[in-house]
Amino acid sequence: MPQARAVNPQMLLEPPRLLAEKPFRALAWVRVQELFIKTLLVICTLFSVLITLAIIVLLAVETLKFFQMPGTSVSGFLFGTKWNPLLGETKHFGIWPLISGTLWITVIAMAVAMPLGLITAVFLSEYSPRRLRAVLKPTLELLAGIPTVVYGFFALTFITPLLRTIPGLEVDIYNALSAGIAVGILSIPTISSLSEDALQAVPRSLREAAYSLGGTRFDVSVKVVIPAALSGIVSAFLLGATRAIGETMIVALAAGNRARISWNPTVEMQTMTGYIAQIAKGDVSNFGVEYYSIYAVAATLFAMTLCLTIVGHIIRKRFREAYE
Amino acid sequence: MSFKSSVGVLILTLTGVLAVSNARAQDGLANLTGKVEIDGSSTVAPISMAAADSFSKKCPKVSVPVLISGTGGGFKRFVIGEIDISDASRPIKKAERDTATKNGIKFLELPIAYDGLTVVVHKNNSWCKQLTIDQIKKIFRADTAAKKWKDVDPSWPDREIKIFAPGTDSGTFDFFKEVVAADGAIRDDISVSEDDQQLVVGVSETESAIGFFGVAYYMQNTDKLSAVQIVNPQTGKPVSPTVEAIESGEYAPLSRPLFIYVNAKSVTRPEVKVFVQHYLDQAATLAKSVGYVALPSEAYTRAKDVLKTRKTGTSYLDAEGKAKHGAILDIYTTANIAD
Repeated sequence: MPQARAVNPQMLLEPPRLLAEKPFRALAWVRVQELFIKTLLVICTLFSVLITLAIIVLLAVETLKFFQMPGTSVSGFLFGTKWNPLLGETKHFGIWPLISGTLWITVIAMAVAMPLGLITAVFLSEYSPRRLRAVLKPTLELLAGIPTVVYGFFALTFITPLLRTIPGLEVDIYNALSAGIAVGILSIPTISSLSEDALQAVPRSLREAAYSLGGTRFDVSVKVVIPAALSGIVSAFLLGATRAIGETMIVALAAGNRARISWNPTVEMQTMTGYIAQIAKGDVSNFGVEYYSIYAVAATLFAMTLCLTIVGHIIRKRFREAYE
Repeated sequence: MSFKSSVGVLILTLTGVLAVSNARAQDGLANLTGKVEIDGSSTVAPISMAAADSFSKKCPKVSVPVLISGTGGGFKRFVIGEIDISDASRPIKKAERDTATKNGIKFLELPIAYDGLTVVVHKNNSWCKQLTIDQIKKIFRADTAAKKWKDVDPSWPDREIKIFAPGTDSGTFDFFKEVVAADGAIRDDISVSEDDQQLVVGVSETESAIGFFGVAYYMQNTDKLSAVQIVNPQTGKPVSPTVEAIESGEYAPLSRPLFIYVNAKSVTRPEVKVFVQHYLDQAATLAKSVGYVALPSEAYTRAKDVLKTRKTGTSYLDAEGKAKHGAILDIYTTANIAD
């Protein structure tokens, strides 16, 4: 900053005098205080890191226990296509039916939330008048505050019956489609709010330049502002997807409890989170193989969201447009 | 000091015994101490736990741990005198009774509730009005696992059977498995939920569905579901799961009485006696609250009589040690009870 702040010469003279009036603080004591404050800050910062580490360690230890149990194997878990820990003549622990359920929910949710979220964000950022935006944005964020159990019942008692009225479509009472749509609605505020922030962060000069070249509002939004904010939008999408993968209550209520691989989203399915919830709230013995299997599932879930976060990071770096 | 304290304990015990046997019982309850050890069936455990829970309000100083080792596991400990009360989802077997006799263990047999299962289908299901046990096996067993309704009966429609079942660790599921697949397994391509409401919604919203759960839960949802009549294997007659049919023993084999067996020696301890009295007083209410069917009140009267007169033995084994089947009021009589 070349501009020099106006300095009151009186102020420059004052401090030594004030200091002289006060008794000097012992240097050692000040150092101790500073150290204490610094340690406190570091501890607070490390807290979340340590919690994450603790969770990773817990997952790893319990997952190892699971794989040491009879009837389980890493290859059977990673490549198996049958998941029946509770029933049947022999128990199978192949993760793919649960991954299939989770992917269905995520894909359906993103198919709903990405276009709706982005369109909402463009409208709020580029089209809506300031006053309307001031009302709309908090309203939209209210959607994120609704407890997920409410969305679960909404899916079961409204979306599913609605889907069942579509002629020619045979829909199970518990199905992935309805749960996926509800998870999508849940993710809209996350995606629209973050995308809108990204759009707002695009410098005004870019828009003005585009307008001066004769671009319409649509041209400016789609050809200039969205590409410029792409990294932020992609990270909003990925955050939404992570949210959808981890969503539990909606799928536990509306998607059902049957772990299976199916190409049809209108049938009953179970996700990884749904399985964990089913076992954790059920009364299976705390030391059985089916109990430890939830840790292996949780570890898989964790690995998936971690991958998504890393991919997001890479994409963000590659697409990042710096204007400053 | 140790002599003094043991005299103290003796006096305490004596006064305890006296306290419960006379009108002062109520005053002494809060100060009653000791431990009542229970083990056995996971089906009976919810009632025992509920009884222990309400008992702890009356006698907070008595601890009542309820363990779950299964009916057989419970009896194994009971017949060597390790526990005071054995939770049982079936009457005692001859071998168990004989071991008890050999070890000098006498016991009181007290029925406390009925466990019953209802097989349910959608209201619009026009074909499946009754099922034999063999047909139920065909639908639910892993080795047969009928895919379509017509696989069960050729005259039934060519539609997929969709199955809803309660949690695999519930007493209800255990009982069903015992009847249907004691020597095998229940099929794995079914929807399992601990939440009975989820089963009700599942079956009531799926036309080609079949499911099962506790009778008590069906009784609360008769407007949403149809119960399937079960053909009694002895009489060959289809029977609906009504309270009367369960009480008379006609609704078989998907209903059974549940028992607690109390060590006769333990009953001399005031805390055990008060607990068992409390249990029998509350049994009907507790049974309903955890999803079972209450016994006819006559059965509770007889059980209280057994407790009062300390009539030991079982009524479910005949002179040759063979198990009896039938209505509880026909079998459980003072005259039938024998060591």
